Amino acid sequence: MRKHKTRRIAPDGAVAESFMQITLKLFATLGDLLPSNAVRNVATINVDDDATLHSIIDSYRVPRELAHLVLINGVFVCDADRDQSGLLKEGDVLAIWPPVAGG
Amino acid sequence: MSWTKKLLRVNLSSGTCTEEPLNMQWANDYLGQRGLATRYIVEETDPACDPLGPDNKLIMATGPLTGTMASTGGRYSVICKSPLTNAIACSNSGGFFGAELKFAGWDMVIFEGRAASPMYLSIENEKATLHAADDLWGKSVWEADGMLRTKHQDPQARIACVGRSAEQGCLYAAVVNDLHRAAGRSGVGTVMASKNLKAVVVRGTLGLGNIDNPEAFAATTKAGKAVLAENAVTGQGLPAYGTQVLMNVINEVGALPTRNMRETTFEGAANVSAEAMAEPRKSDGKPNLTTNGACYACTIACGRISTIDRTHFSVKDKPEYWINSGGLEYEAAWALGPDTGVDDIDALTYVNFLCNEDGMDPISLGSTIAAAMELFETGAITTAQTDGVELKFGSAEALCWAAEATAKGEGFGRDLGMGSKRLCEKYGHPEFSMTVKGQEFPAYDPRGIQGMGLAYSTSNRGACHLRGYTVASEVLGIPEKTDPLESDGKAGLVKAFQDATAAVDSAGLCVFTTFAWTMDDIAPQVDAACAGDWSTERMMEVGERIWNMEREYNAKAGLTGADDNLPARLLNEPANSGPATGRVSELAKMLPEYYEARGWTADGSVTAETHQRLGLPG
Repeated sequence: MRKHKTRRIAPDGAVAESFMQITLKLFATLGDLLPSNAVRNVATINVDDDATLHSIIDSYRVPRELAHLVLINGVFVCDADRDQSGLLKEGDVLAIWPPVAGG
Repeated sequence: MSWTKKLLRVNLSSGTCTEEPLNMQWANDYLGQRGLATRYIVEETDPACDPLGPDNKLIMATGPLTGTMASTGGRYSVICKSPLTNAIACSNSGGFFGAELKFAGWDMVIFEGRAASPMYLSIENEKATLHAADDLWGKSVWEADGMLRTKHQDPQARIACVGRSAEQGCLYAAVVNDLHRAAGRSGVGTVMASKNLKAVVVRGTLGLGNIDNPEAFAATTKAGKAVLAENAVTGQGLPAYGTQVLMNVINEVGALPTRNMRETTFEGAANVSAEAMAEPRKSDGKPNLTTNGACYACTIACGRISTIDRTHFSVKDKPEYWINSGGLEYEAAWALGPDTGVDDIDALTYVNFLCNEDGMDPISLGSTIAAAMELFETGAITTAQTDGVELKFGSAEALCWAAEATAKGEGFGRDLGMGSKRLCEKYGHPEFSMTVKGQEFPAYDPRGIQGMGLAYSTSNRGACHLRGYTVASEVLGIPEKTDPLESDGKAGLVKAFQDATAAVDSAGLCVFTTFAWTMDDIAPQVDAACAGDWSTERMMEVGERIWNMEREYNAKAGLTGADDNLPARLLNEPANSGPATGRVSELAKMLPEYYEARGWTADGSVTAETHQRLGLPG
């Protein structure tokens, strides 16, 4: 499991490390980019509390242009919001697809 | 022009086959295939006719780009009045049959009347002949295909055929061509069988030399293929994973109808997904998916060619199913899987093979079995009806048994062959039927994808995803992302998708091209192939004209605005999981906006002004 820890310095000088656990799902051609602990298309990962979606996408080497359909708990997050921290919370599901279609 | 300007009229009552010139004025107004054939149906039949009587007609029609080198230019449609919905039916199929019909020199074949005994039609270029088919009657599509090949001794012949389900009156029987491609929806196969017509065998060697501007056509079709190749969806996603890639997508967005649409997410979705189809299985190390496949002239190749695990209970003693056949595609996998609560991919593949073998619409079959499972759960159906089978949600054994019985029209299979609406009415629970205008829903829950609720309710052939696929925008972001939980703006979106799709369906092209192509890519190809000026605006106008013509046909068949409705479950019972939790379909808000956008009255009738503006018949 890949860990992303943040060292935080509080006003009193104490150092803290902070991360949260989320579920990462990479589908279709992105499945090969999942960490080795993944079962089928699902992995549990630790990310910084203030991680942005782009930072996670980049750290798993998902080309940004292939991160087409990006969902947090099933709700689409547009590209403009993927640099924003604070979108994720402990236990969330982040699911990503390349451009796909069907019907 | 790429029309052959000829149609073949086959009167099954008198046994005659006659050549007629194509009505080119109508071709200019309705293009071809879906639009043009419906124009003939409007002209030549009474919309109030018995769909299974001799007065209904059945047309196999190509578009002007069918048989050309335009990518996906191999489509044909089967058009008639539907016995499932009593509305207009138009079912579109790929494979190679449509192009072969064009190579034989025909834009369409009109079947009328009813033969006194089973017949099949053979077409060899100009020569069309009706033959006795008593020996083929009672045979599956696969058996009949083999027998016809033995008779005709031409490996390049293309065959469209109905199976035993159609002969037994299953109301959602398909016309299957090339063994596993189908004009699948609305019971067009049932109408074909009602005419005692078992099959059409076609061989064409005339080619297609009547392109209006060959140089421009070569350039525009080449440009179109480049767009498809460079687009991530049509160039990579669809060939690699097929439509089945949607299983996890739609489940994740909380719009995967589950257990007869009582729930909106399915815990077993991953087990029946495109990703699961690619995984090696334990018994032989091979995946369910063998390869992808393409229809005539297609440069996308989204089709799935698959096998069933030979050790699976459904086929372990049936080596005839140890073969490759078409499927699973997403809509079929959903209806046979999540909607019945079954997550056994081999059971789904087996039942899909049965649908290929005996010509059943897998969407309607799966949805009807799901309704029967809910009836069983409530006690309205018991083991007395099911030969002792526990018809429970999640039972792969029950699913396979039900499909086998329906394919052959045996026992309770005859009830299942009536479709969900008639089945649920018979057993006292019409509210369990997940249908619009009597046709079963496809694989998107209108509570989680609001535009689809409006698209289903207003579809001219009953619940259908292929009449206005707003999923492309609402979920997949094509051409632009819209919010699936938002109903504002969906009336205009649905209208635009419906009109564009009607035009594409009338051109001879596959609607999947529109994941990459806009009408600005399609119109130049039609314009180069056909005489006259075929601009984007004209294509959209043709699409709108076709949509309104179908609507007027349905009105004359007895349908009204009251039929633009959804089951109470989707309007009153909120989604119970996923992002749509607590939501119902906001149809009541969207429908008046849609009528207004269409230029219809408040009760959904085409106004005289709209009729006049579009130059509609009658």
